[in-house]
Amino acid sequence: MSFLTLTGIQKSFGPVQVVKDFDMAIEKGEFVSFLGPSGCGKTTVLRMVAGFEAPSAGTIVINGRNQNELKPNQRNIGMVFQAYALFPNMTVHDNVAFGLKVAGMDKAAIDARVKEMLGLIHLGHLADRFPYQMSGGQQQRVALARALAPKPQVLLLDEPLSALDAKIRVSLREEIRMIQQQLGITTVFVTHDQEEALSISDRIVVMNAGRADQIGTPFDIYNRPATRFVASFVGTLNLIEGTVVDPTANRISIGDQDITLREPLGPAKAGDKVSLALRPEAGSIAEGARGDTALTGQVISSNFLGSVIRTRMKVGEPVISFDMFNAPGRNPPAVGEVVTLRFTASDLLIIRE
Amino acid sequence: MKTQKIGAWIAILFGASYFVVPLIATFEFSLRMRRGEYSFDAYRSVFSDVQFRESFSYSIVMAILTIIFGVLLVVPTAYWVRLRLPQMRPVVEFITLMPLVIPAIVIVFGYLRLYNSSSFIPFTGSARGTDALLMFSFMTLSLPYMYRSVDTAMRTIDVGTLTEAAQSLGASWPTIMFKCIFPNVMSGVLSGAFITFAIVIGEFTMPSLLNRPAFGPYLQLIGANRAYEPPALAIIAFAITWLSMALLQLASRLNKSAPSRP
Repeated sequence: MSFLTLTGIQKSFGPVQVVKDFDMAIEKGEFVSFLGPSGCGKTTVLRMVAGFEAPSAGTIVINGRNQNELKPNQRNIGMVFQAYALFPNMTVHDNVAFGLKVAGMDKAAIDARVKEMLGLIHLGHLADRFPYQMSGGQQQRVALARALAPKPQVLLLDEPLSALDAKIRVSLREEIRMIQQQLGITTVFVTHDQEEALSISDRIVVMNAGRADQIGTPFDIYNRPATRFVASFVGTLNLIEGTVVDPTANRISIGDQDITLREPLGPAKAGDKVSLALRPEAGSIAEGARGDTALTGQVISSNFLGSVIRTRMKVGEPVISFDMFNAPGRNPPAVGEVVTLRFTASDLLIIRE
Repeated sequence: MKTQKIGAWIAILFGASYFVVPLIATFEFSLRMRRGEYSFDAYRSVFSDVQFRESFSYSIVMAILTIIFGVLLVVPTAYWVRLRLPQMRPVVEFITLMPLVIPAIVIVFGYLRLYNSSSFIPFTGSARGTDALLMFSFMTLSLPYMYRSVDTAMRTIDVGTLTEAAQSLGASWPTIMFKCIFPNVMSGVLSGAFITFAIVIGEFTMPSLLNRPAFGPYLQLIGANRAYEPPALAIIAFAITWLSMALLQLASRLNKSAPSRP
């Protein structure tokens, strides 16, 4: 049985339904990210798990116990907020000790636990500082220590890295993942940053308009997007419209060029339109060296992005972008040049709505 | 440019003289009790008056009680409105402004009508009951200032997130209120408290019509019957008000050097 189970969760604010039939089972010690654009309902689901919002329908079960009737302070759930939410009137030590004092632990045990937690986040030397005397990254680490100190059964992270600068974000997300694995705590992480979700999660829930569009490992989500939304939201993607030529042979045409798909087309007939997805990094313009499928087109732009060069080419009507690694000895394709993009047939995914 | 500066200085001096000259004249007059020389006899007379000590002590006790009960009413109200009923904020603000637009004499006549000794809640039936009614009336008078001070202090902290953070750590409502919210709005509470103190010390209408021995009616009584003591009392009243203002400034400065934002 899963450690955290959400079954048929719905949430409405007045006439607006923000979460629709949300189901999810999370194993003990798993790190799951809710990924989606603003307003997709990911934070609302998290807040329902924390007890700050009551579901309009559905049940939340943690470790076999229904949480629906429990108040937030009865759930033993640790939460880290985007705005840190450290108590401004308390030192770092007192912030971390807060949950332990509320739980009625004795002073010696509190001091030992606070020391352990501050050691975990490498901020033991700042125990006497106030939040306003610390950087954003340090404050968020203290918030993490504070949430973990009372040994919660689930850790909820509500966009904890959004207010930090890019460099700190990367280092802190790695630190969060390391601590999570070290403690083996079941964690739900809400973010709209796909790179964050892909880099630290065991599984990702891609949410769209109150529903889970796809639940899977980062590898699955990125390489096998289940819906057009997931394909377009996660990573950069070419969404190409093709026309079915021969459904039995999985043959389609893009522009005026025919190619054979590896994935079966399903119940389609000749002339039907089909949506296809191709990652920019999937193809290359090596002359026949890689892949069993090719599309030829004319280069319309070529942008140098540092480690890669992103080129856009026109294949009849559709425009396809592809990336090639920067190599000092190789010039990027020139605008107007005719190039052939090669890729394996399995790289071209059929997107079903 | 230079003409503008001179003009500004003239305006400042004119404004200041409007306030300072009568004050200096009052102070000077209060020193003239002894014929032919300046002395503090009027102040000595005031401080040796038993009635002064009694009325001043009474008003101070009333001020402290008003502050305690006012804080207990206003802080949870402002907190709850910010946290759960933000749509009610204009209504609460309007209600707290009412004492500014309704004259104190109207309020006190309302009280006498509602809470007289033959009413359902006979506050005026005993001295202690009348004291309680007077304290509530002081609370009403100070409500606009107390509410705004606390509400402004609450605006500087993220009340909602701090509450949720405390809840997720297992805190109950009293713990949240007294450990997480109160200490962070202390500057507002202190500002409101000092203004309340100044109002209670100087208020005449309410204690006079409720017939309680407060400092305000004493001031009026002395003013009507003595020559040199009233200006001395006016200077003392000013000094008390200024002391309150200085403490208010000190409190807000202390707050600036203390943490205020999560």
